[in-house]
Amino acid sequence: MTTSVRDSVLAIIAEQAVLEVSDLHDTMTLADLGLDSLGLVEAIFAIEEAFDVSVPFNANDPTAGDFDISSVGAMVAAVEALVAARG
Amino acid sequence: MRRVVITGAGTINALAHDVPGTFAALREGRLGIGPLQLRDKERLGVQIGAQVHDWDAERHFNRQQIALYDKFTQFTMLAAREAIGQSGLVFGDALSLSSGVVLGTAGGGVNTWDENYRAVYEEGKNRVHPFVVPKLMNNAAASHLSMEWNLRGPTFTVATACASSNHAMGLAFQMVRSGAAEVMITGGSESMLCFGGIKAWEGLRVMSRDACRPFSANRNGMVQGEGAGVLVFESYDHARARGADILAEVAGFAMTSDAGDIVMPSAQGAERAMTGAMRDARLDPGDVGYINAHGTGTAANDKTECAAVAHAFGHHADRLMISSTKSMHGHLIGATGAVELLACIMALREGVIAPTIGYEEPDPECALDVVPNVAREARVDAVLSNAFAFGGLNAVIALRRV
Repeated sequence: MTTSVRDSVLAIIAEQAVLEVSDLHDTMTLADLGLDSLGLVEAIFAIEEAFDVSVPFNANDPTAGDFDISSVGAMVAAVEALVAARG
Repeated sequence: MRRVVITGAGTINALAHDVPGTFAALREGRLGIGPLQLRDKERLGVQIGAQVHDWDAERHFNRQQIALYDKFTQFTMLAAREAIGQSGLVFGDALSLSSGVVLGTAGGGVNTWDENYRAVYEEGKNRVHPFVVPKLMNNAAASHLSMEWNLRGPTFTVATACASSNHAMGLAFQMVRSGAAEVMITGGSESMLCFGGIKAWEGLRVMSRDACRPFSANRNGMVQGEGAGVLVFESYDHARARGADILAEVAGFAMTSDAGDIVMPSAQGAERAMTGAMRDARLDPGDVGYINAHGTGTAANDKTECAAVAHAFGHHADRLMISSTKSMHGHLIGATGAVELLACIMALREGVIAPTIGYEEPDPECALDVVPNVAREARVDAVLSNAFAFGGLNAVIALRRV
C-alpha cells in the first residue's frame, strides 16, 4: 500500500515537473524540480483527487500548515500520513 | 484636451447600500466581512466573505425587471440611481446622444450561470428560463443602464478580472477627455458570492479562511466581496456651465501589461502604470498624498505593490499614505476599483484617509505608511487608485481636488 502511494505521488510530481519518475530523488526541492507556484498548486490538487484527501496548503504561506513541501521525500511522507489518517 | 470631472457617485457593497453609508463605514474602519450565508456553504472550505446584506430586490425592481436582472445588474442599477441622481443630469435628446456607459465586470451574471447549471446538471432539468442569456451576459448591466437613462452614445463592458473597473473608468475618462462623449457613466459591478463563484477561487488556494489583513506580516490571503460602484464622468466645461457640484477631477490614467505570468504580479508592470498615470495627469510624485492600494492581502500582491510604490515614488514613498480598503469591503473583483475610487473621493473632498484595518504585524517588505486600523485626517490634493489584475494587467487612475 505504502509503495503505491509513493509511486503515485512521484508520478504526479514528475508529470508537473515535466520529468521522468526515474529522474526524481527524495532530496530534490521544488526549485530543483523547476516547479513554480502554479505547478505546486496543480500537483496538490492532483494528489487530493488521487487519494481523496484534503491537503492543508495556502499559497500565501506555503511553509505554514502540516504539509511539508521541502523536498520530494517530505511530500511523499506527508501524503502517506494523510492517507493513513484517512484510514 | 478637455478636463474631466466626477459629478455623481453611487454604490452598494458589504459596508452600505449607498455612498454616505460607505463613507461613514470607511471613516469608522468598520469590517464588512463576516460568515457567508449562501446555499451549500457547508461544502465550501472558505466560510467568510464581504456579502451585501439585507438585499431585497423586490423593494427596488418590478417583476419584469427582476426576470432580466442578474444580481450584478441589480447592484449596478441601484448604484447608478444614486450616482445619476446626485449629478442632477437629465439625458434629453442632445445630451443623450453624446452620453454613454462603460462598466467593468469580471464574471457578469455568475449567479445566473450557477443557478442554471444547477438546474440542468444537478436537478436534471432539460429546460431553462428563456432569459438566461440576456441575464448573464457581461454587458447586461451596461445595456440596462443605457436603456433606463436613455444613454445612446458609446456603451460597452470591459472584463480584465480585478482591474475591470479601473480599465472601464480609464476608458470613460479618455472618451470624455477626447470629446468622444460629454458624459460617461462608469464603474463596475460583481456578484460572484455564490457556491460556484467561491469554489472556483478556493481552487487557487489564495483565499484567507479568517480575515483580510493587507500589508500585515501575518496576512494569509484575500477575501471576496460583492457589489457595485458607479460614477458620473462629465466634461469640466459642461459641469461648470450647469453649476454642478464637482466631487473631484479625473486627472490621469495609465494601463500596462506585465507580459509575464498569468497569476504572479510584477513590480515593474505596477510601477509603470503608476508613473504613467502621474505623467498623464502631469503630477510629480511629490504631489500625490494618498494611494488606494490594490492591497489584496495575499503574500505576493502586497509585497510586490509596496516595492513598486517605493520605486515609483523614491523618497516620497515614505511620506505618502497608502491603504487597502479591501480589509473592510473585501475584494469586489471586477467592481473593486469603482468602490475604491470612493475612498479616493473621500480623501480629496473630506480630508479623511480610510484605514487598512486588520493590521496586526509590520512586514519589512511592506514598510510604507499603510494607515493602520484607524482613519486619519489629512489634506491631500492628488491621489492614485491602483488595480492589478490576474493576467498581469495593470490600471491606475489619478484624481485631483478641484
